[in-house]
Amino acid sequence: MSSPETQPMGGTPYAVVVGLEVHVQLKTNTKLFCRCPTTFGQPPNTQTCPVCLGLPGSLPVMNRHAFELSMKTALALNCTIPYFTKWDRKNYFYPDLPKGYQTSQFDLPMSEHGHLNIFSENDEFADKQIRILRAHLEEDAGKSMHDEAAGVADSRIDLNRTGTPLLEIVSEPDMRSAAEAKAYLQELRLILLYLGVSDCNMQEGSLRCDANVNLHIDTPAGTIATPIVEIKNMNSFRAVQRGIEFEVGRQYTLWQKDKQVLGDMPKQTRGWDEGAQVTRAQREKEESSDYRYFPCPDLVPVVVTDEEIQAMQQQIGTLPASLRKQLLDDHQLTAHTSAVIVNQGLGFADYFLALATAIDDSRLAGNWMQGEVLRILNEQEQTIQQFKLSAAELGELLKFIQSGDLDNSKAKDVFAVMIESGQSAADVMAELGIEKVDSSQLEELCQRLVDNNPKIVADVQSGNPKAVGALIGQARKENSNVDPGQVRQICLALIEKL
Amino acid sequence: MALTRDDVEKVSLLARLQLTDDELNSMTEHLSQIIQYVHQLDEINTDDVAPLAHTLDITNVLADDVVADCLSREAALQNAPQRDEECFRVPAVL
Ligand SMILES: [Zn+2]
Repeated sequence: MSSPETQPMGGTPYAVVVGLEVHVQLKTNTKLFCRCPTTFGQPPNTQTCPVCLGLPGSLPVMNRHAFELSMKTALALNCTIPYFTKWDRKNYFYPDLPKGYQTSQFDLPMSEHGHLNIFSENDEFADKQIRILRAHLEEDAGKSMHDEAAGVADSRIDLNRTGTPLLEIVSEPDMRSAAEAKAYLQELRLILLYLGVSDCNMQEGSLRCDANVNLHIDTPAGTIATPIVEIKNMNSFRAVQRGIEFEVGRQYTLWQKDKQVLGDMPKQTRGWDEGAQVTRAQREKEESSDYRYFPCPDLVPVVVTDEEIQAMQQQIGTLPASLRKQLLDDHQLTAHTSAVIVNQGLGFADYFLALATAIDDSRLAGNWMQGEVLRILNEQEQTIQQFKLSAAELGELLKFIQSGDLDNSKAKDVFAVMIESGQSAADVMAELGIEKVDSSQLEELCQRLVDNNPKIVADVQSGNPKAVGALIGQARKENSNVDPGQVRQICLALIEKL
Repeated sequence: MALTRDDVEKVSLLARLQLTDDELNSMTEHLSQIIQYVHQLDEINTDDVAPLAHTLDITNVLADDVVADCLSREAALQNAPQRDEECFRVPAVL
């Protein structure tokens, strides 16, 4: 019997089961257990000390800020924070791990049992809640680089990253497709960015994602589960989606041949090969007991009070989900516009809110944020914090649209000059000689054009309304301030009356 | 619960220690003795004793997130059996 949770979907004879382990580097000045800096991209082995080199006699001291950022994140992910947490040694041998163990958390993690909600922008799947098993605080390893120069098959080790604080966020296996997994990762990243706890840069490795994937296949003898495979080395959202999709196909094909089920073999690790777009077998994962976890005698436990948890809860601030709801419900934006704004981050959203308030028109503000503002930011590779115009200054421009002094296309011209010169909207308009054409002036101009262009008028009358474009062109030549839309409307009305 | 030679072999592999047959035999004996010694604790009734996470009765030893001096690269690399200008060097890890 297949449970309703894992019913085959979309015509396939199997259900996909995915859980994600996300490692996120916390934005601290110093490492988790020593006060070496955590700056990315420094020359190799210039950010180490006896503690993070694992030299005998050195003692770790927990970074308070790292613990606070972990707690903030865990609370934002709806986790419970146990009152008592401790650290354990996870023992394994690897050259980028100088102590011979990673200081991590085993049976008493600092947070557990949370969830986050995912949704699909293009209706690929129904809204759903993904449970989070736990989030625990541990240290990063160093970096090993393979050196093939001159036939020397050595690896070079850089320990700058060793000891950088990592929060490992482990989901339950609640995702049923690669698209859901990608959506989970994107929403998680957005939450982390809104919290300001991490840079979340997948290329630089401050956000890393491993996926546990297997299939539940319906057979005449009941539902079977294929062996779980952990996919590593997925360095982009696209890679996460592609990696899982590939693994699903591979597991189904393999199962049809070998009929191996969960429990027949130890958990396998496969690496995503971006170039070949395939997963490849890596070393067999050591059984969990092989890590020989035991409590770290060098670190004392951390105890958290209700008051501390409540105080941290107050610091969480706006999160993507509540902001999305605010933009949809209170500001009546479309799902697309609100998604664009929310995905740009908290600063962009704050700018939108200020702009919408300044001009008292959320839709106009939303359209400009999504259109012109975003276009300029992308062109100039800027963040909203670096954007030249304040929300009040941009608001002044949009008010001229509201009053009818500017049409949208004229406003874009003025906007471009404002960005260029930093002048106010009113100053730019004066400089460009833009002023509102009053309606009697406009009527008179249109009447003259209709009178003087019998051929175009005949063309329009014979059923070709597009021909009126030529009149608009002439109108703009005479007075660059006319609103083309208005000219069209008036001219067509005049021709109708003939 | 005595330790077997297989257990010791497995642990030595995990620690990347290459032990000779003689070493494996003597290590099995020595480690078994240590474990048997610790097993004396089994004789104590611990039904009413709460699990202990740490032998010291203190918690929350935390430091401020303020950068302090690092070692120079030269100092960091000075004890490495193999190194180059910038890095530790080890047999290939792939
Ligand atoms: Zn250090």
